[in-house]
Amino acid sequence: MLSIPARRTTDVTPSEITPREVFERRRDFLGTAAGFALGTALAPLSAALASEKPLASIKSPLSTPEKPTPLKDVTSYNNFYEFGTDKADPALHAHTLKTRPWTVSIEGLVKQPKTFAIDDIFRLGALEERIYRLRCVEGWSMVIPWLGLPLATLLKSVEPLGSAKYVEFISAADPKTMPGVNRSVIDWPYLEGLRLDEAMHPLTLLALGLYGEVLPKQNGAPLRLVVPWKYGFKSGKSIVKIRLVEKQPQTAWMKANPREYGFYSNVNPEVDHPRWSQASERRIGEFLKRKTLPFNGYADQVAPLYAGMDLKINF
Amino acid sequence: MAWWFALSPGKRHVGLFKIALFAVCLIPLLRLVWGAWNDTLGANPIEFITRSLGSWALNFLLITLCVTPLRKLTGWNWLLQLRRMLGLYVFFYASLHLSTYLWLDKFFDWQEIVKDIFKRPFITIGMSAFAMLLPLALTSTKGMVRRLGGLRWQRLHRLIYVIAICAVVHYWWLVKLDVSLPAIYSVLLCILLGFRLLWPGQGRRNDISGNFKPAQD
Repeated sequence: MLSIPARRTTDVTPSEITPREVFERRRDFLGTAAGFALGTALAPLSAALASEKPLASIKSPLSTPEKPTPLKDVTSYNNFYEFGTDKADPALHAHTLKTRPWTVSIEGLVKQPKTFAIDDIFRLGALEERIYRLRCVEGWSMVIPWLGLPLATLLKSVEPLGSAKYVEFISAADPKTMPGVNRSVIDWPYLEGLRLDEAMHPLTLLALGLYGEVLPKQNGAPLRLVVPWKYGFKSGKSIVKIRLVEKQPQTAWMKANPREYGFYSNVNPEVDHPRWSQASERRIGEFLKRKTLPFNGYADQVAPLYAGMDLKINF
Repeated sequence: MAWWFALSPGKRHVGLFKIALFAVCLIPLLRLVWGAWNDTLGANPIEFITRSLGSWALNFLLITLCVTPLRKLTGWNWLLQLRRMLGLYVFFYASLHLSTYLWLDKFFDWQEIVKDIFKRPFITIGMSAFAMLLPLALTSTKGMVRRLGGLRWQRLHRLIYVIAICAVVHYWWLVKLDVSLPAIYSVLLCILLGFRLLWPGQGRRNDISGNFKPAQD
């Protein structure tokens, strides 16, 4: 029942070490579990235990060798307006989110529209550890060891039609479990979108975990997008629906302020946010600021996607 | 009514109260120093410090603007003796707030800073507010009041109303999306400025009669 999946790599990366608080929580939990008679209580307990066991993953050549941002910072400094607009809010309030059961429906211009249970997505393929830079539009950045699958794996499984040109991502917006949704700061649900070729790009990740564990709720559990060459807000969290469409979809931030947020939102030190410069960034944990790199340092892989486009107009 | 007058303390008590208030006004700064030392300011301590100092400059500005309405409503004229210190705390926190921008955000890259001032409206208005605050701080001494003459001094110091409006707009314009906090500051400022317009006897009378006496403290 609690089988430990076989390791595919021999050396232990920092991300494979279970954080102490998680480890201790699990011990508490086992203690409580032992107090119960083996019986009816066992099934839900095993489910809960399963969600806390370290996830097996294979290393990816797409990872950056940079030092990951400490887990504490990754999980306490978040923009996730469904739980409040302060960056400390998600860590304080996201515990109410229910991530099981969870389904993701893929619909629109596909041959095989399908609704996946979250556990089926975990079984789509071997999870990869991808250590990516994350650059927020606000001017700070992190390095995060994500666990997940290429989004292309999921999209290919439903067979996009030739007419599909864009992919729309719709996040959960449940006012009962997501208190921020009760305030109309954004036109809920949170919407994001990519061009189909961006969505199919090998760097585009469907993240299911980070630091060797399932995604913490404040980071967009149970599954989120990670598009490392775009500003962080392009990577929708707690996704419930993916729709393949012909026309460029509207996004939540474009609706909120079309002058400041464009559809592409590629990291670009030469295109400023109307209210602040994007030329540099503060890496969380560092004192001096760094120069921001075009496409967040992923230009070699993704610049060809935008060949011939004026990125000052298509910002 | 006896208790009411008991709240009009003697000179010595006001002096003690001012010393206590001076110390209390330093708490927001000490909290930041303590937090920075013990690493409790979160993942982005520099952002936290910058924002906290800006908020406190604005808080002290609104507190300073409370002195006159409170004095009129309660009749406690001794409150006026606290106003200069509170005003100088506005300048103190605003200077620290500006310093964090110049140093920790721009690392004294003056070319970038000048570009920011011309290009970013929220920086433009924030800098304007600070530029107006500077002469008020410089003319806060008794000697300067005397040299300027009460009337001119008072007219100059009415700039504080413009500064307050600029400061709230500065906050409003820098917020990414959720303007609820700047909106609360706006409402408070409207109440404080509205009081001055609506309270009988406020406004221009002092100017005309020329009887105005600046606070002697």
